[in-house]
Amino acid sequence: MSTMLSLSGVTAFYGQIQALRGIDLTVEKGEIVTLIGANGAGKSTLMMTICGNPRARTGSIIYQGEDITQCAMHDIARKRIAHAPEGRRIFPRMSVEENLLMGAQVVKFADYDKQLALMFDLFPRLKERINQRGGTLSGGEQQMLAIARALMSKPDLLMLDEPSLGLAPLVVKQIFGAIRQLNRELGLTVLLVEQNAYQALRLAHRGYVLVNGAITMQGGGAELLARPEIKAAYLEGGH
Amino acid sequence: MSDAVPAVSGRDTLIRYLRDAGGVGILALAIFVPFIGLRLHGHMNGLALGYRPKLLAIGVVLAVLARVLVLIWQDRRVHQGRAAWRAARIASAGKYVTPLLLGFAVLLPLVPGIANFYIDLGVLVMTYVMLGWGLNIVVGLAGLLDLGYVAFYAVGAYSFALLAHYYHFTFWECLPLSGLFAALWGVCLGFPVLRLRGDYLAIVTLAFGEIIRLVITNWISLTGGPNGIYNIPHPTFFGLNFNLGGGAGTFSGFFGIDPDPKQLTTYLYYIIFFLALLTNWVTLRLRRLPMGRAWEALREDEIACRSLGINVRNTKLTAFAIGAMFGGFAGCFFATRQNFISPDSFTFIESATVLAIVVLGGAGSQLGVALAAVVMIGIPALLQDLSIYRMLFFGLALVIMMVVRPRGFVSTRTPSIALGRRKLISSELISEGHG
Ligand SMILES: Nc1ncnc2c1ncn2[C@@H]1O[C@H](COP(=O)(O)OP(=O)(O)OP(=O)(O)O)[C@@H](O)[C@H]1O
Ligand SMILES: [Mg+2]
Repeated sequence: MSTMLSLSGVTAFYGQIQALRGIDLTVEKGEIVTLIGANGAGKSTLMMTICGNPRARTGSIIYQGEDITQCAMHDIARKRIAHAPEGRRIFPRMSVEENLLMGAQVVKFADYDKQLALMFDLFPRLKERINQRGGTLSGGEQQMLAIARALMSKPDLLMLDEPSLGLAPLVVKQIFGAIRQLNRELGLTVLLVEQNAYQALRLAHRGYVLVNGAITMQGGGAELLARPEIKAAYLEGGH
Repeated sequence: MSDAVPAVSGRDTLIRYLRDAGGVGILALAIFVPFIGLRLHGHMNGLALGYRPKLLAIGVVLAVLARVLVLIWQDRRVHQGRAAWRAARIASAGKYVTPLLLGFAVLLPLVPGIANFYIDLGVLVMTYVMLGWGLNIVVGLAGLLDLGYVAFYAVGAYSFALLAHYYHFTFWECLPLSGLFAALWGVCLGFPVLRLRGDYLAIVTLAFGEIIRLVITNWISLTGGPNGIYNIPHPTFFGLNFNLGGGAGTFSGFFGIDPDPKQLTTYLYYIIFFLALLTNWVTLRLRRLPMGRAWEALREDEIACRSLGINVRNTKLTAFAIGAMFGGFAGCFFATRQNFISPDSFTFIESATVLAIVVLGGAGSQLGVALAAVVMIGIPALLQDLSIYRMLFFGLALVIMMVVRPRGFVSTRTPSIALGRRKLISSELISEGHG
């Protein structure tokens, strides 16, 4: 297996506040890697830093053998890293199809129809709502749309920030099922941030635990699940 | 929102109407007694109070009747279901209003015996339609609040005026240049404000508009300052001018007809009509291209745009540049129409008027903007004879607007893509023409 993404010694700041303290992290091709941690630990910041905003102050980010630490945000997205940012951020006044079209910025027009068909396979709900305005979709549908929009660019690496936020357990299951399906069938590499640590660790091959901007633990998904510290900190009352 | 309305008996409705309309009647009476009922007459030795009971009664009855009509209309609307009602209205509006307006606009100057005044008014309204459509690109599509749009209008106008004054360029030579210069200034404005949004952007653009005007005012050696620039040439028709003297080289002389100021006005009218349509056509086209879609996406969510690989900087700059370009075209036209320009024509009130047209029209809607320009510019000018009532009508229009269409005349947005109809869109676009 070759490496898709590797971060070494990455730090990031918001003004004077240090949000990431020397992150070392790797994602192999075809893996699902999850990032868990308390609120404010820096999970979203880590994803944003990979995308170039905020920029890493020190350390390097290597993606498919290329150093992208200093690349502009839109260039990084063009290298087939898809990022579905925290809080869905769909375009509310644009239709579902227009939203998907915006996701396809970097693919050739010929691929567009194929990608669209794939998304409808994955989320049949979206097909029914194709002409509806994004803002009028339900929360779960919006999340599906956000994921589908990110996938429209035929990414090599998909980064999802809390896709289960505010969704009913059944919908969460559906979305996690879709992620697993994409990973198995298309070999998509996924970096996943989740509050729902139990579900995420069961889905992922490997996981990292982030505390106060630094990684304190890492290991296989099942292995992390079994650790007592994890159980105490992230799984109590969870499931 | 459910479409089901609980059945209400006729008696209940009647009582409700009576109560409501009665309340309005009392209110109207209270307001109208001092305004209409009493009247001060100038008298030989001072003032005398007069009474106008008949007029007062008419006013109150009118108010009550109007209220009843509003109630009936509202009930009907609720009955049909708001969403369905709106969709039907918009669909029919789009279907009939657009071709009607377009037909009216094409034929207006050709109406036999029409006074020059009306054609000239048409030119004025059409100028604002074009400015509205141009600003709509920046405000309506890209969502960048620009309070200094008049700057580009001024750049366009002065580009032509100066080139004509110093180098004897003609209108048709300067038209593209004016657009180009304005677009360059659009980029100049765009760079410093790339990181600004909302209120802050509004303030900086406002300042930009003032800066341009002040520079023009104070650079007296170049622009003539507050005295302005005179003798800007009118456009020529394939080399023929519109001098009223007739003879060789004039329009009337060439076609063997009597010279008439209407010929020039009509010509100007069709030029600005064409320029406005061009603005609209380009906007509609761009909305269906990646650039225009990126504008709209930018309006919706900048962070999402970034993570999807949209170059936000270029997107903003192109929006400013293209919006400014149409402002420049309009400015060039303004200069050739007026013959004379001075900084007084480019004050903040112009920016505010154009912005009001865009907002009133329902930001992002082409038809709405055109209607708003007619309402904001055309109707006040027509009412000049009744100028004491102008503010009254304006206030009335605003109140009606707030009640009926709080989000602008045409607040719905048609998707720029629809599944399975993508092949049809280009032909549809042509037949729509007007938006
Ligand atoms: N734009 C910003 N400016 C300043 N500080 C920020 C900014 N964004 C995040 N932070 C700070 O950085 C830290 C990490 O935030 P981040 O959003 O990465 O947390 P998170 O792990 O994603 O939390 P959550 O689970 O609540 O989403 C927090 O202390 C937060 O206050
Ligand atoms: Mg977060």
